[in-house]
Amino acid sequence: MSKERGIDLESKLSDQLRGIPRSGIRDFFELVIGRTDVISLGVGEPDKPTPWPIREAAIRSLEKGQTSYTSNLGLESLRIAISGYVEKQFRTSYDPKKEILVTVGVSEALDIAFRAVLNPGDEVLYHQPCYVSYGPSITMAYGVPVAVPTMLKDNFALLASEVEKRITPKTKVLAINFPTNPTGAVEPREELEKIAALCVKHDLICFTDEIYSELLYDNAQHTSIVEFPGMRERTVLLHGFSKAFAMTGWRLGYACAPPVLIEAMMKIHQYCMLCAPILSQMAALEALKMGHEAIEPMRQSYEERRNFVVKRLNEMGLNCFNPGGAFYVFPDVSSTGLSGRDFAFKLLEEQCIAVVPGSAFGPSGDNCVRCCYATAPDLLVKAMDGMEAFVRKYKK
Amino acid sequence: MERLLELLCENARQSPAELAARLGTSEAEVSARIVELEKSGVILGYNTIVDREKAGPRGVTALIEVRITPETGGGFDRMARRIAQYEQVRGCYLMSGAYDLAVVVEAETLYDVARFVAEKLSTLGVVLSTATHFQLRVYKHDGVLHDTGTQEDRLPISP
Repeated sequence: MSKERGIDLESKLSDQLRGIPRSGIRDFFELVIGRTDVISLGVGEPDKPTPWPIREAAIRSLEKGQTSYTSNLGLESLRIAISGYVEKQFRTSYDPKKEILVTVGVSEALDIAFRAVLNPGDEVLYHQPCYVSYGPSITMAYGVPVAVPTMLKDNFALLASEVEKRITPKTKVLAINFPTNPTGAVEPREELEKIAALCVKHDLICFTDEIYSELLYDNAQHTSIVEFPGMRERTVLLHGFSKAFAMTGWRLGYACAPPVLIEAMMKIHQYCMLCAPILSQMAALEALKMGHEAIEPMRQSYEERRNFVVKRLNEMGLNCFNPGGAFYVFPDVSSTGLSGRDFAFKLLEEQCIAVVPGSAFGPSGDNCVRCCYATAPDLLVKAMDGMEAFVRKYKK
Repeated sequence: MERLLELLCENARQSPAELAARLGTSEAEVSARIVELEKSGVILGYNTIVDREKAGPRGVTALIEVRITPETGGGFDRMARRIAQYEQVRGCYLMSGAYDLAVVVEAETLYDVARFVAEKLSTLGVVLSTATHFQLRVYKHDGVLHDTGTQEDRLPISP
């Protein structure tokens, strides 16, 4: 136990927080940080900077001296633009005055959404492997995280039957994220429809994290769960600018939901954040003006890189399904006789290539590693060559 | 422009196998298409984008605005093609606006450019005037930003 100047700070930490294990991704991060010889497929963000017109809009806004607070909900002009964008992207309309809240990334939106609805002991269903913050955010909001595993054999889609099995009288929320980080999985429409029906039948609230919804491949059309009958009134749609517009560092997201929920989330947001940074809001306004024009070149390039990486991984003998979205592949590495974790550590040691152990995203990813292909094409070639040599050495 | 060409313009060193994987087609198909594009003169060649400031002793580059009298029948073409023949001319374009040809010239020294203008360009009977602009610094060339500093600010691992 660490003691500092006579006070045991460790014991002063909240029980709730101490119950949360250190993120698996952090251990790995420490190994890689500071090394310059590593080709990293370990990131969770685009490789290109934010498109120039968006950056320029932010510069102009600074020049004009727009450095103040904004309305707690976010700039009204931005909320109007978001409303228009969401209507097009998700065929669902929200009132910019009462049903949209601009947040500091989807991470904040998710956190305050959980805090707004959960009572101690309320259960939240979410699918695993998933983004690292779901479980801890639920725990920190005094909820009980109930993970629903998704499997490679189902292309990591969430099965309604698996959801239904885990619904109890304490279940209050279902949280989903498709396309998914870390698997790149896309939810088939039929399954999504069944899950929507479950939400209605069991009177659940649904949080749908749509952060990768623009990054969809093979000419697929995105469907959000909010579009199914009976869902709009029970859904918090979470979205942001990080992935599609390459704006991770701007930390800007938003939540769309019925007024009661937005009002509840606002109560927390106004005290912990006051408002999202105005600079990021001004940039986001420009991003929405650009829309498809900003997204499409990046989307197309990701799709081509996915094609390349999936082909190479399967050719080298790893079992990698072809993910329909996001910018990750999630190959099963068990043919090497290694766990995902050992694979990642040894690959880093022997080939200086960083991938993230699948276990960081939940136990159903133990045999997998996450590779992000939002990396320069020439580096992807080198990374695949290195992985191939590595796999050849270990493969039984 | 077809996607294969766009990808080659980004980086001509990608192997047909890599290009095929990215485009979801076969290596043989990509190789055949490249040959076709080369034969039909769509692809004229491949070159390397060099940061000349870093590459060591560099010459000078000038953009010369040239006004010429168009010829009956041939217009500007015959004269433009003649000017383009000079080895030191790296680019030659017919322009709309205040002048007719934009001629990009590379030479060892400022003096060499001056001599080219005085002895070669100006002496062509149809040339009415020239205005020579020397390039001082390159910020972007052929779509590639020069000297952008370190781009590797990304964390190597992020969730």
